[in-house]
Amino acid sequence: MSEKESEDVRIGVFVCSCGTNIGGLIDVKALAEYAKTLPNVVFTEDNLYTCSETGLTQIKNGIKNHNLNRVIVASCTPRTHEPLFRDCVEEEGVNQYLFDFVNIRDQDTWCHQKYPKEAFDKAKDLIRMGVARAARLEALENIIVDATPTALVIGGGVSGMTAALSLANQGFETHLVERENELGGRLKTLYKLFPIDLDAQTLLDNLKKNIKGNKNLKVHTSAQVKNIEGFIGNYEVVLEENGINIDLTIGVIVVAVGASLLTPTGYFGYDGKIRITQHELESKLQNNEVKAKDIVMIQCVGSRNDERTYCSSVCCMTALKNALIIKENNPESNVTILFRDLYTPGTYYEDYYRRARETGVIFIEYSPEKIPIVKEHQIKVHNEYLGEEILIPYDLCVLSTPLVSNNDNKALAQMIKVPLGEYGFFLEAHVKLRPMDFATDGIFVCGSAKWPVDITESISQGYAAAARASRIISHDTIEVEGATSFLPDYNKNLCTGCEVCIKICPYNAISKNEDDEIEITQVLCKGCGLCGATCTNHAIIIRHYTDQQILSEIYAYGGKEV
Amino acid sequence: MELNSRSVLIIGAGIAGIQAALDLGDMGIKVHLIEKNPVIGGKMAQLDKTFPTLDCSICILAPKLSECYRHPNITLYTLSEVNNVEGTIGNFTVDILKHARYVKEDVCTNCGDCASVCPVRGVPNYFDANLKTMAAAYIPFPSAVPPVYIIDKNSCVYLNYGICGLCAKACGAEAIDFSQKDEILEINNVGCIIVASGYGLLEDVSPLTNYGYGKYKNVVTALEFERLICASGPLEGHLKRLSDGKDPKKLAFLQCIGSRSDRDKKYCSSICCMYTTKAAMISYEHNNDLESYVFYIDMRAGGKGFQTFLRRGSDEYNIKYIKSKISHIDVDEDDTPIITYEDYDTSEIKQMKVDLAVLATCIIPSQGIEKLADILGIELNNYNFVKTNPFLPVETSVEGIFTCGCAREPMDIPRSVAEASGAAARAAEVIKGG
Repeated sequence: MSEKESEDVRIGVFVCSCGTNIGGLIDVKALAEYAKTLPNVVFTEDNLYTCSETGLTQIKNGIKNHNLNRVIVASCTPRTHEPLFRDCVEEEGVNQYLFDFVNIRDQDTWCHQKYPKEAFDKAKDLIRMGVARAARLEALENIIVDATPTALVIGGGVSGMTAALSLANQGFETHLVERENELGGRLKTLYKLFPIDLDAQTLLDNLKKNIKGNKNLKVHTSAQVKNIEGFIGNYEVVLEENGINIDLTIGVIVVAVGASLLTPTGYFGYDGKIRITQHELESKLQNNEVKAKDIVMIQCVGSRNDERTYCSSVCCMTALKNALIIKENNPESNVTILFRDLYTPGTYYEDYYRRARETGVIFIEYSPEKIPIVKEHQIKVHNEYLGEEILIPYDLCVLSTPLVSNNDNKALAQMIKVPLGEYGFFLEAHVKLRPMDFATDGIFVCGSAKWPVDITESISQGYAAAARASRIISHDTIEVEGATSFLPDYNKNLCTGCEVCIKICPYNAISKNEDDEIEITQVLCKGCGLCGATCTNHAIIIRHYTDQQILSEIYAYGGKEV
Repeated sequence: MELNSRSVLIIGAGIAGIQAALDLGDMGIKVHLIEKNPVIGGKMAQLDKTFPTLDCSICILAPKLSECYRHPNITLYTLSEVNNVEGTIGNFTVDILKHARYVKEDVCTNCGDCASVCPVRGVPNYFDANLKTMAAAYIPFPSAVPPVYIIDKNSCVYLNYGICGLCAKACGAEAIDFSQKDEILEINNVGCIIVASGYGLLEDVSPLTNYGYGKYKNVVTALEFERLICASGPLEGHLKRLSDGKDPKKLAFLQCIGSRSDRDKKYCSSICCMYTTKAAMISYEHNNDLESYVFYIDMRAGGKGFQTFLRRGSDEYNIKYIKSKISHIDVDEDDTPIITYEDYDTSEIKQMKVDLAVLATCIIPSQGIEKLADILGIELNNYNFVKTNPFLPVETSVEGIFTCGCAREPMDIPRSVAEASGAAARAAEVIKGG
């Protein structure tokens, strides 16, 4: 930056109270006053909520009235709020990369709740560092790329079929990939579906019929994704279908690979004969093979324990459904369900639970400290009401086991570069407000691949993923962040060709070109900075996080002018 | 293009309606978003934090509110309700009844001068569960969208008696307009409709007298509690007993109030087990000496990370879960609630004295759903939620009218958000697929 430009830097600092999240602990007015004393700062203000329409208007007025060319907001977190403020400054004609966020909530008042004085001092440090950095920020442009209006849905279960159908119905060329030789996934193996006891086959046939009649939808069975390269709007996908490779250019990807069943080997004397899983019971019921009179079901087998703490959420309803079918086939039979907390949320499911009780299914609660003991023909369980142990005879014991994540999730996750979370399920971008998105743009998730869900939720999530994907491919182009890494021509002589950057890049954005020179694909780069930090000769520069920008913050913290 | 000129009308601007609007807007489809309240955000805006991430609710919602307000494809109609619908899928005509705000939306600067001069005080603020009062010129909360004041028709002196008008004199922007009238707006070429009208709570229609609610000051509902612990609420986040202002040391959270019951509603409200744990956690964060007791029937925590959340509750936040059924609540001479309950583990009738009792009241269909259903011609189920088929979860009984979120079934925020996107996808199929 030249002398002249540096003189012209005009920074505005807006300090947010965030209700009482920040203002309740530290004095935001005093912070705004402090910011006024810092170099290049020409205007400061404090707001109750800088992110409110009022706050945004105050920023815009600040830019207009004080001719600001750098804006700092000291508030919550860039994670949720940076896009908002960037848009706001752009609207007033300031390049969005000349906005900078200082995090004084998540990284200050929240984590130092018991130390208001220290938190205040830290906020001053953070703002001083932010101001130093802001003076060295450079205007950048976002990168705009073309988007291919096609979608790939991985997994042909109920969620994947639903997502693919919706995308195809919206007019997008959609490819549905299923590794088995038929569509259907888990739905193929189910008998009836709660809570209206519809034949699973009827739902499946209906979906298949709609898929068959859709000209935009191409089904690939006995097929697997072999390789995926590229980026949002422009994925190069290699499928292997019946041993033949197919190349596709794809705009967006939906992961709908579902979940797996747990075989409860070692639990409650499981033998697959008279001590079976709900899933095994289901096929016996379908073939009318259940002759037992005394049936005992045990819930939470292999779940909600130390090894697997989660609730699989579908097993209670499955048990109720199968219990009702047994009672209907043979009203004389005794069906007992041993449960911990019966999971039947909402209207339809709670009604279903009532129906099961009214039909005569017996419910006995057990606690994890006193788990049932399965003997050869009897089950011993502590009855909390009676305060004593009782023995229940059985000729069929049914174990309700959880859905678990697929073993090969990891390989797929690595291929498409998305994270897995707890227990190997796919991890969405934000559990609350971005349930179908991955942090990586252009890739979405639905159904039990993310967390165990029933058919109803698999369907609504399938639609949901289709909507999120459609947002991207409804447009001809996509805009991605301009804060990327690059190797400027003047630094090329510094590069020794060691290739550490190629190996370390998590997004496969770096390669060597024909001239054996390092090349960084700008649209793939997420600006994470690993390459720049690892480059032994400092040849790679990270835009928006240049060495000068970062050093200026460090010097500002230490009190040294640069 | 003919097809794309068709828009989608969304009824209700809570988190579900907002999500559906943003998804459709981002696809390039025009959206009309109708909200009966003066501001958007629905129930989520009233919550303090959200489970299981403990994100501050308004903090993660506010960017979406602003996005909705600024989105080029979304037109917002606040203080509005659907008055009439004609037509069929692909071509509905909708009449909107837009109530007068008495403040010009495009002129108001949200400065609050009108409220500070307004001589009327003590108007209960619905947003703060009526625990806080305001002037007749008001905005329900500081970061509200649209950022425009409103004049309460029922309590404004000028509108009722023709005298005063101080706010109009004080308003530098000249935004006050007493001549505004309720008006009917006709929206043509609506391709489909999404019903995202959300939910009400049992206290809206029932006095809850069994539990001493309304009679005992230290018995509050869960939504009131959200406002009481919220930094922007009536106590500015410093939880106190409402009878004597003392810091509570022992809290009771009573689950299934009016739900899973033959006397009231038979169904389960789905979200209370989790929000109760969250509320107890936040209370503990405010005061580490605090202990919380949760009286529950079944702990329903099937969502992602929910069981881990409950474990954290008991391991780190001094929450004790008691499997039980509540009989009733009395108070002692200090207005301290005494809870009588049956302990399921021992089958004994027991009592517990607590400083504050919080009622997890049943979720009910939103007020006015029967009228809306009548106008739209859609069926409701036997609990008056919008009727859906489990395998067509976002379709109503009328083709081209979709639904999502708590309008059809009690559910939490992630599920409402997912369903809203789902309804958006179905609407996009109609608009784009033709």
